[in-house]
Amino acid sequence: MSARGTSTPSGHQPLGISFERVEKRFGSLVALRKVSLNIRSGEFVALLGPNGAGKSTLLRIAALLMNPSSGQVQFTGAAECRGDSGPQDGGRTREDVKRSIGMVGHSILLYDELSAAENLTLFAELYGLDDVSRRVVGALEACGLASRSRGLVRTFSRGMRQRLAIARALLHGPRLLLLDEPAAGLDRQGHLWMGATLARLRDEGCTVLMSTHARNESVDLATRAVSLLAGRIEEDSGPGGDPRPLLAALRAEA
Amino acid sequence: MTTARAAAILLAKELRLEFRTRELLNATVVFSLIVIVLFSYTFEPTAAESRRYGPGLLWIAFLFAGSLMLHPSFAREQLNDTLDALRMTPVSSFAILLGKMLANFVFLSLSELVLVPVFAVLYNLSLSGVAGRLIIVLILGTSGLVITGTVFSAIAAHARMRELLLPLLLLPILAPLLIAAVEATALLLAEKPALDPTWVTFLGGFDIVFLTASWLLCDFLVEE
Amino acid sequence: MTAVVAALIFFAGYAALFIAPEERTMHAVQRIFYFHLSAWITSFTAFAVVFLSNVAFLTTRRFEWDWLGVAAAEMGITCCTIGLITGPLWARPVWGIWWTWDARLTTTFLLWLLYISYLLLRGLLEDPQRRASLSAIFGIFAFLDVPLVYVSNRLWRTQHPQPVILGGEGSGLDPTMAKVLLLCVLAVFGIMIPILVDRYRLERLRHEVEELRFEVENRGTDFDPISTKGGL
Repeated sequence: MSARGTSTPSGHQPLGISFERVEKRFGSLVALRKVSLNIRSGEFVALLGPNGAGKSTLLRIAALLMNPSSGQVQFTGAAECRGDSGPQDGGRTREDVKRSIGMVGHSILLYDELSAAENLTLFAELYGLDDVSRRVVGALEACGLASRSRGLVRTFSRGMRQRLAIARALLHGPRLLLLDEPAAGLDRQGHLWMGATLARLRDEGCTVLMSTHARNESVDLATRAVSLLAGRIEEDSGPGGDPRPLLAALRAEA
Repeated sequence: MTTARAAAILLAKELRLEFRTRELLNATVVFSLIVIVLFSYTFEPTAAESRRYGPGLLWIAFLFAGSLMLHPSFAREQLNDTLDALRMTPVSSFAILLGKMLANFVFLSLSELVLVPVFAVLYNLSLSGVAGRLIIVLILGTSGLVITGTVFSAIAAHARMRELLLPLLLLPILAPLLIAAVEATALLLAEKPALDPTWVTFLGGFDIVFLTASWLLCDFLVEE
Repeated sequence: MTAVVAALIFFAGYAALFIAPEERTMHAVQRIFYFHLSAWITSFTAFAVVFLSNVAFLTTRRFEWDWLGVAAAEMGITCCTIGLITGPLWARPVWGIWWTWDARLTTTFLLWLLYISYLLLRGLLEDPQRRASLSAIFGIFAFLDVPLVYVSNRLWRTQHPQPVILGGEGSGLDPTMAKVLLLCVLAVFGIMIPILVDRYRLERLRHEVEELRFEVENRGTDFDPISTKGGL
């Protein structure tokens, strides 16, 4: 497995994201309470907090999978863009933003009955990438599944599934990477691969927002740590601040 | 990327998934065959009687088969949250819906391709002279069925008892389609076969009304 | 308010039974028509309100429209049921049959089935947001279906022998009959609108109870439906 070749960024425009007083309610349940968080492009943010603190909800809102009940999400970068709908003033549409976002979710977001290569080909086509087969081969090699490219995802081990899920998220060269407990199910080797990949992406200027409630090595790449509790931001090391005290606390808990 | 291109990619995915297992197709064909065979007990299947009852029986079989077959269309995406993965791509929600509609159209049409000849043989009906015109009626009727059925499959996927719910939602909506398709088919099987322009227009109108409604409402349908 | 409605109903009933002139061929049985048609008008109005609420919910995302939709749907079904019961009661002595598959009857029956399905669907969707938006989509499809049902039945019946039907009730209504009919329509609306308002309030209260129950149950814990959802 190599850390190279997983992604060929479609462009180098930076992309940041800013949440303004974002609230999310599920019926009566409040998952996020007026969260304001401005993440600049190029930051690597570790999102900490116990299960149910609202981390996944925040990531899903950032991925445009759900709309906040109130408040706003804005994508910042070369051109300002709001995340709610339609073509935007800044010239970037919701579709353009979607093209620049990659996500590793709780579920693997892959079809069990398709092979690894078929899954990646499908998503490469849906993202409108050119040179699909070369990209797919590159991604499979990078995540160490080249030899199993024709195997159905259903037959993969947990670690292999997770590696493929990460490869899928990086396929279209996102500038904003949203990772929800990406280390789940990864073995030692997978951890190392993910750490190396994320380190390279960080150095390329990709913005990363990664949630975690337990230790994983990649957390040490973070340039900023934000901890959520019961839908509120509890602590934030701030842009340019030192995330280590917060990360150390995480280590102590584990 | 255009909606048509995206829908074509998604259609290819659906076909690949289905032809890998052929679960849906096999079940649909067998189910409709059972309906067709059981119906032969309800009347004497001579040519004259078949002309009277055959069209209704044929379309009832398609409607029931369709309302069972369409359920997995969206329910399948819930494993691994693959619908979320599709929604994150820059593809429009209508393309996602359209891809599924096209796939369901292919599946149901293939089942009909098997069933109609079997039906003609079992019920002593000759279709040779009207095959072309019958295909027009089948295409229009099947389109209406899969347009509404695919939308309702997305609705039912989030509900409890969803397998049972889909036919309950779908069948009453399809009542006008059933009347039009049965009448159009009956006129084709009559002594002097004719393609009735009124019923063909009606079927086309049904398809257009609900395809337009699906296009207008698709964002609400696939959202969180 | 209650007294006014009660008086209205009483007077409408009195007028329908004693003031309206006797119909020439149908005699006293025809008097059921005043409530039959009133119920039908009210139910159709209610279903139109359901449709408008559905559209309004999807455009504004305000739950008030969802509550109005379900309240109106129940009211429409109630009136539709009254229409479907009084119809055969009237048809039996006049037409000689309880039911005929004519366009209006069939349309009404399907309308009734469609809105029963609407309520059924709502009962099976748990998340309030989803319940509101998905049932609104179904409601819009159902409403679009109504004219299609009617047209298809009209077309169908013109190609088949007509069932035994005496002259339609719309042909040449006596002025007194028209006034009594108007009174009856007002009376039925008079009953149904307060019920609708109460039903709307009930739905709002139910919503509040749901919210409070969640809040009590989740106090202290940090339950997050998303992170517990996809634990595959």
